[in-house]
Amino acid sequence: MPEPLTAAGLQGVVGIALAWIGVGILGLLRPNHVGIVARLLFPAGALLGLAMAVVAFTALPLPAQQMVLPIGLPDLPLHLRLDALSAFFLVLLGSASAAISIFAAGYFREGEGTAPGLLCLQYHVFLASMSLVLVADDAYAFMVAWETMALSSYFLVTTQHRIPEIRRAGFVYLLIAHAGALGILLSFGVLQGGSWQFTFDAMRGAALSPGWASTAFLLSLFGFGAKAGLVPLHVWLPDAHPAAPSPVSAMMSGVMLKTALYGVLRVSFDLLDQPLWWWGAIALVLGLFSALYGVAFAAVQTDMKRLLAYSSIENIGIAFTAFGLALLFHCFDMPALAALALAAMLYHALNHAFFKSLLFLATGSVLHATHERSLGKLGGLIGRMPWVAWLALIGTLAIAGLPPLNGFVSEWMLLQSFLFTPQIPQPFVNMLIPLGAAALALVAALAAYVMVKFYGVIFLGQMREPQLAEARDCGRLERLGLGVLALGCVLLGLAPGWVLGQIDPISQLLLGNGLSPAGHGIWQLTPLSAERASYGPIVFLLGAVLVVALTYFVVRRLYHGRIRRAPAWDCGFPAQNARMQDSAEGFGHPIRHIFAPLFSMRRQLPSPFDRNPRYRVDVEDRFWTALYLPLARGVERAAEWVGRLQQGRIAAYLLYSFLTLTALLVIVL
Amino acid sequence: MNLPLSAQLIHLLAAVLLLLSFAMLAQRRVLSLVNLFALQGAVLVASTTIVAHSSGQHHLYYSAGLTLLLKVLLLPAILHRLIRRLEVRWDTETLVNIPTTLLIGLAVVIFSFGLAQPISQFAETITRSTLGIAIAMVLLAFLMMIMRRKAVSQVIGFLSMENGLFFAATSATYGMPMVVELGIALDVLVGVFILGIFFFQIREQFESLDLHHLESLKED
Repeated sequence: MPEPLTAAGLQGVVGIALAWIGVGILGLLRPNHVGIVARLLFPAGALLGLAMAVVAFTALPLPAQQMVLPIGLPDLPLHLRLDALSAFFLVLLGSASAAISIFAAGYFREGEGTAPGLLCLQYHVFLASMSLVLVADDAYAFMVAWETMALSSYFLVTTQHRIPEIRRAGFVYLLIAHAGALGILLSFGVLQGGSWQFTFDAMRGAALSPGWASTAFLLSLFGFGAKAGLVPLHVWLPDAHPAAPSPVSAMMSGVMLKTALYGVLRVSFDLLDQPLWWWGAIALVLGLFSALYGVAFAAVQTDMKRLLAYSSIENIGIAFTAFGLALLFHCFDMPALAALALAAMLYHALNHAFFKSLLFLATGSVLHATHERSLGKLGGLIGRMPWVAWLALIGTLAIAGLPPLNGFVSEWMLLQSFLFTPQIPQPFVNMLIPLGAAALALVAALAAYVMVKFYGVIFLGQMREPQLAEARDCGRLERLGLGVLALGCVLLGLAPGWVLGQIDPISQLLLGNGLSPAGHGIWQLTPLSAERASYGPIVFLLGAVLVVALTYFVVRRLYHGRIRRAPAWDCGFPAQNARMQDSAEGFGHPIRHIFAPLFSMRRQLPSPFDRNPRYRVDVEDRFWTALYLPLARGVERAAEWVGRLQQGRIAAYLLYSFLTLTALLVIVL
Repeated sequence: MNLPLSAQLIHLLAAVLLLLSFAMLAQRRVLSLVNLFALQGAVLVASTTIVAHSSGQHHLYYSAGLTLLLKVLLLPAILHRLIRRLEVRWDTETLVNIPTTLLIGLAVVIFSFGLAQPISQFAETITRSTLGIAIAMVLLAFLMMIMRRKAVSQVIGFLSMENGLFFAATSATYGMPMVVELGIALDVLVGVFILGIFFFQIREQFESLDLHHLESLKED
């Protein structure tokens, strides 16, 4: 076996993971001392995150590094490997976690369920296990790290375990995480292809028949889809994310969901040698459906963290759409388009890590300042919390897909790869693709709508409750965390050519070819050819700045001195108050009507003569009632049925033995 | 058909064993049940001795001696003591009435003979035709355990099942290896002691040895 040239990067990654665990254990020394844990340990974890990002970034263009650690069960050493794909996701993990940890340093306070020291341990074990998932190179190491990740995040979700709803949310999360892990485990079992070697190297070499390869792919899609929140395995997500403390929600949504994307890429492009085109079609359809489903539900939410959780489902759906498209193009031997779709997926994953973390953290600051999660009781916070509001605005614009921020780049690239589809030799797929492009455009527009609602209801308008006037802006560390993420959103939006150049080794690794070299200018992004489409974010930014400056100048110059200050137009009704603003329910109303078949709603309308009117609407997930509850009931019924065997009568048990013996004797002879 | 005397004797004893099994199935007095069990053991000893003599398998003498010691003398004595101290003379009504049980037993015997036919063709012992009876003994003892309510009767059924197994081993392959036989003998002895302790515990808990009281232990 050829010895790897150098494994310095991999050693660095493992070292940082161990250091994270060390930081967590240090937290146990003074578990109730918030000062030490928050001011010392979380910043240390943030520095380690930064180091992780740097180490992984330097490893990005290098060839794969491998390492075998003789720990674990006898004769089952841990195989680790750091290649471009792992390195990319480690950069994502490191950079996002650095910002989130800095924020968490200012965020965690006393009296929130789990002791801060314990929380620190769980949080850092969570980080370390995610990084080990990304460098694992055999099924054992992968599954151990994957399960550690699921368990540590479960404990983080149930930080406030005294609240029954949170315990329930944690249980649903744990259940679906384990069902998914089972799928992944079975998928590895198929992938080893009879060699009974569970290293990824052996799986790469295993020759699977198309049937078994498809089984492996579908099992892994189930397993990773459960972690990513692909519809219909998404039900844990809208419950678990609001239940967790905000830095944890940010970490789960921003980073943990990406490990699922990593897994699905690893299995379908790396471990399975010959993908089939219909796998891509399945991923495409599921991804588009998830995106549409997520965004429609996000539009009708009234809890700000639930809204963001559904928006995560939408973004994961977009990433899966890009993945399916990449797989399709790869199978139909269209390398340039496959590379474009893959780049769009990776780019979107990176973007989502930044803007979604930013928004979750911002909701955390709002939550701390107001103790209110319901959109109906917020409003007008931009005056009280300018830092949070302005930084969140960047995230909001980015997630809404507006240029020149980062959300636009990935969605634009994905649309490009949709629109430039040449003739695919499959009439069915050819019909599907334009529909997909239309659906994606719809999703992007609805996402913008959702974000207008999110931002407008929380930060703009008037305060809906009097106590909001006491809200204070967040502290310095929190500002720093939010600022880093916002800066990331801007930079990723402004330098797409550079980023694409950096992630080129991944498509070299997975597809065997990179993007066309024409596209990576600083000024301009040209995915395929200059005649068709290109995008220059800096030019756009300069243009926008120019237009704004010009307008400002002209207005100031021409209208100077003639500005009149007066109350806003009040429709002729002067006695307006804050309760007359458009509410979150009102804003989501059109979507609720248009997409009515998706929702099952229970509405409680007040009578017109009610002195104290209450309006209440519960929007429920149809999948919960149509899929999960019958499943649970079926399991319960089966268990009851089997339980009838237990009579408590010895005679009955003896009879079972007797009948079994007789039956076996009859079979044998 | 002209069998040698020893074979004819063995067949006779086998028939007696089967008859005793039926008798145990029908007997409701616990003390008589123990006596029948002892008698079954004695017949088993006799048949084993004859097999040992006619086939020249000397280790079967030891087996026979062991059986005599354990199943004819020691275990019935222990059971007698137990019954006297526990004061269970009668078993209560069986789950299925006696005539029906006997009819089921008849079906079991027919089944066992059908079962034994193909096996006994492979055996090369002079006793091979008694294999069906041996299997029938095992299954009838099993049936008795199912039908009875008192714990003592179930223990007797269990021991009688062991008799059947022993007889099957003798008739199919001239007995098991000595080590196995010793092991089983010890198991049976220890089993009876432990079950005896359980009897006292059960009686203390429920003030009866009737097993349907155990049903209340079931979790709902």
